[in-house]
Amino acid sequence: MRALSAWIEGVGVLGPGFPDWPAAARVLSGGAPWEAAATVLPPPACLPSAERRRTGPVVRLTLAVGLEAVRSAAVDPAKVPAVFASSGGDGQNCHEICETLASAARELSPTRFHNSVHNAPAGYWGIATGCTAAANSLCAYDASFGAGLIEALCQVAIERTRVLLIAYDTSYPQPMHTVRPIPDAFGVALLLAPMASDAALARLEFAWSEAAADRMADPALEHLRSAIPAARSLPLLAQLARARPTGVVIDYLDGKRIALEVAACH
Amino acid sequence: MNPLALTSFTATSAIGCGLEATRASLRAQRSGLAPCRFETVSLDTCVGEVPGVDRSGLPREFAEFECRNNRLAWLALAQDGFTAQVAASAARYGASRVGVFLGTSTSGILETELAYRRRDPQTGALPEGFSYHGAHNTFSLAAFVQRALRLAGPAVVISCACSSSAKVFASAARAIEAGLIDAAVVGGVDSLCLTTLYGFHALQLVSRTPCRPFDAARDGISIGEAAAFALLERAEGTTNAGSVRLVGTGESSDAYHMSAPPPDGRGARAAMLQALAAARLEPPDIGYINFHGTGTPSNDAAEGAAVASVLGAEVPGSSTKGATGHTLGAAGALEAVICALALEGEFMPAGVNTKQVDPALPVTYLRENRRARLTRVMSNSFGFGGSNCCLILARAG
Repeated sequence: MRALSAWIEGVGVLGPGFPDWPAAARVLSGGAPWEAAATVLPPPACLPSAERRRTGPVVRLTLAVGLEAVRSAAVDPAKVPAVFASSGGDGQNCHEICETLASAARELSPTRFHNSVHNAPAGYWGIATGCTAAANSLCAYDASFGAGLIEALCQVAIERTRVLLIAYDTSYPQPMHTVRPIPDAFGVALLLAPMASDAALARLEFAWSEAAADRMADPALEHLRSAIPAARSLPLLAQLARARPTGVVIDYLDGKRIALEVAACH
Repeated sequence: MNPLALTSFTATSAIGCGLEATRASLRAQRSGLAPCRFETVSLDTCVGEVPGVDRSGLPREFAEFECRNNRLAWLALAQDGFTAQVAASAARYGASRVGVFLGTSTSGILETELAYRRRDPQTGALPEGFSYHGAHNTFSLAAFVQRALRLAGPAVVISCACSSSAKVFASAARAIEAGLIDAAVVGGVDSLCLTTLYGFHALQLVSRTPCRPFDAARDGISIGEAAAFALLERAEGTTNAGSVRLVGTGESSDAYHMSAPPPDGRGARAAMLQALAAARLEPPDIGYINFHGTGTPSNDAAEGAAVASVLGAEVPGSSTKGATGHTLGAAGALEAVICALALEGEFMPAGVNTKQVDPALPVTYLRENRRARLTRVMSNSFGFGGSNCCLILARAG
């Protein structure tokens, strides 16, 4: 197997108690305590007002983390292919569609319908950033972060291009919340590059692993990791936050995990 | 890109269950579209329904995956010896070296729609036995197919609306090229549900009559359902590799609008040019194009402009959606299989239902089947969110 590897040039994070990557890095490196706080989604930046009115939480979440990652690396997103990974998409929108279809009238809002596609955040990302490169939107249930990372690393390796990975999840309202209890919104973006650069923070190298996935030492963070599929990235983010990162094993499918060698660039 | 062999493939749609029936319908220029009698739907439209999907359930060991979408997948996997071919590949490479890359837009949402009608009147709770992971979740399809085929490699669902199961070919090709896997089951499955029937109706994109792609009087889509699969392996050194190859893929984004293409089709054009470059081909090398051709006025106009700007107005083409309906997340894989049948069977399938080709569209649209020893064909798939994908298939030798 060809070595699947990439340099991380930018990171974006938004989640409970994690307002952005610098704040998350302080917590994850042990420099500050994690304090529980509901995820605050900012208004959707860069979108024309017509689109802005139509956007739900998944669009606000993905725009926030995606833009944080590319801006921190001073990279123009307009030509960067993107990979969006989510275990469930827009749960609120899905709930409202199912409620309408269970009612007598069944009159769906056209906007609700076009927002129901799994790749809606990718569509809005293109409109917001003018990015005409390929965008992929995928799902692998609880393995969605790992699946997105694999897709992004394959694109980096084969197309020899930067790739922006955005993994995100939001919570469902009831009654879906009971069967899929995702507690809050969490998003992470990694700008990956095929070669070293001044912007590179760390280098990742991929391998399969049968070891158990690394857990977070803090029980509250471990709860986030296990309850939100996109937060399966937390052990990797914790390594990136350290001065001297090492290897990490992250969750993927049953019986298959992803081992990442992480090396700092500075 | 390095060519990949389609060592086995199969399709099940409104025009037939398996390749033999599909081929016969294409040869006879038969449409599978009929007035909608699906579930409790009261819309004046036609659909491409696959008969008998719900006739039998899944085997008991797969009970957690029970839903119409997975039943359609199961029906399709049983055709054309596909499962046995996958088993042979898994034996050759190891089950963990065979990936699963599938497209769907709505997965098992029909189960959720029905469950919402049976919520507890007091608590609002969903009924007992509702399976989020096995039926509702977008990944349900790949989880089920991976289990049914006894594979243990990477598995993913790509859900980019109506380009989903074209894009799986590109992702699988990269994973094989990167050495992550040695073979991949690619495909797409989408099944009738209320979300898409009422949703496209709300957008006023649905025709009352069987859809007429590229017709001067075209007035919308007909929704269909389908399951189509292919087994991809490296073409070099593969024994018994069959005669069809995947030689080029191209992917782009419109960055324009959530549910409409730019009128000049520039995103579609970019995907086609990329596919040609990946295949190291020139426009005259393409002998037939299977249009995305949904049958809405603006989609076909944008695609016609894009195709003419890349391939010229002379290359013969058709949309097979007049026969199958628009099978949404399954369309890319279904139409790739139809292209494979065209290459093997030495014919170009006509676009049925279309009576008078729109003179404003700069394309050579086939209203009758044509015999031709094709060597390279192109298939377009475009989706909501401005997601574009183009595949080029070729005949070996």
